Amino acid sequence: MAYSQRLSRKAIAWLVGAILVLPLTASAGVPVPVIPKAKAGTTCVEPANIMRREHMKFILHHREETVRQGIRTKKFSLKECIACHNAPDKSGAVARIGTPEHFCSTCHNYAAVKIDCFECHADKPANTHYRHSLAEGKTPHHPGMKSEDKVLSTKTLEIITAKGEKQ
Amino acid sequence: MSRQETDSSRRQFLGQAAAAGLLIAPGVMLYKVAQARTPEMPASAINRWGMLIDTNKCATGCSDCVSACQTENGWGGKNSNEKHSAITQKAQWIRKVKLTDKLSGYVQSLPLMCQHCESPPCVDVCPTGASMKRADGLVLVDKHICIGCRYCMMACPYKARSFVHETLTGQKPYAPRGKGTVEACTMCVQRVDTGRTPACVEACSGEGHKAMYFGDLKDPASEISKRLKKYGGSEIRSDLDLNTGVRYQGL
Repeated sequence: MAYSQRLSRKAIAWLVGAILVLPLTASAGVPVPVIPKAKAGTTCVEPANIMRREHMKFILHHREETVRQGIRTKKFSLKECIACHNAPDKSGAVARIGTPEHFCSTCHNYAAVKIDCFECHADKPANTHYRHSLAEGKTPHHPGMKSEDKVLSTKTLEIITAKGEKQ
Repeated sequence: MSRQETDSSRRQFLGQAAAAGLLIAPGVMLYKVAQARTPEMPASAINRWGMLIDTNKCATGCSDCVSACQTENGWGGKNSNEKHSAITQKAQWIRKVKLTDKLSGYVQSLPLMCQHCESPPCVDVCPTGASMKRADGLVLVDKHICIGCRYCMMACPYKARSFVHETLTGQKPYAPRGKGTVEACTMCVQRVDTGRTPACVEACSGEGHKAMYFGDLKDPASEISKRLKKYGGSEIRSDLDLNTGVRYQGL
């Protein structure tokens, strides 16, 4: 193999390497979003990949139903999103909207998509001691379903039986 | 004028037909079942929420209903974000009004808020559809599409609506409100939807005044309907033919 050939091959390899490395060094200034974990032991209402892509459609649909028709189910309710995803930490501190620690701001700041939800809506749960588990009772977001002690409340039983009668 | 008369009489007829029950087949009637609404059920025209205020029991100088509303819905009060707004600009969902008879000096006191009209002028004038009446008669603002033009504030004969001029923080999760939108009494829709009574009514009866009653005007068995049937109740500005959901006794 000729020396010149070897040299050019080396040069190409170096160039390719530089191209690969360049974007990495350039992007070092932009912090990649670190998505805060939701409340321990909880499951989201839809798989994470679907939620990431479609959450805006879900909450838009739910808001119409809630404001216009008074349907107050917990699934896709913004209040419930906040209750799980922006729960206070052990010290009781809660992230506020706009800060990178807030679940919504983390990605929205990164993607430069401005949201105005929290100009009216609360960015943290009302009760900082609020504990909400979706996975318990295997009935995520079932309206009125209390999962304490894994026994259905009388109110829930009433709802279930009333439904059965109607059908 | 004649058109209006025709409309209202037709409405009355339809209302009566609906109240009597739904005829499915000859001899088979489907009556409404008194049952609490579950969260997934939409508000329906089966109900019409209303309020009855007995001005004889409403104490002059008492503002428990106003402070209860402030606490529930997070407007006004000491911690209000509206620091720069003039007193007339600040949010006011409910207020106490003192009426003095000039001749006799007789003083009456009453709370005034959105009257939740059956034919609300605020809904008529709204250019975006944000000002709306729910199926169960509650007149609300969909703040998502409110552009803050304030036409509804001009149209309301009761001066019931306010505009938020300043950036707010610390709103209640169940009562969102924000700058650039119009707001008013919602009859505590978040409570009503879960089968509770509005904060003002709860506070009034909690303090032992019992000047306010909340209930379903379409349910003849409800306390409000019984009281209205027995004692009657007047509308403020009844000449406007708005058929308000809030009625007053002793005016």
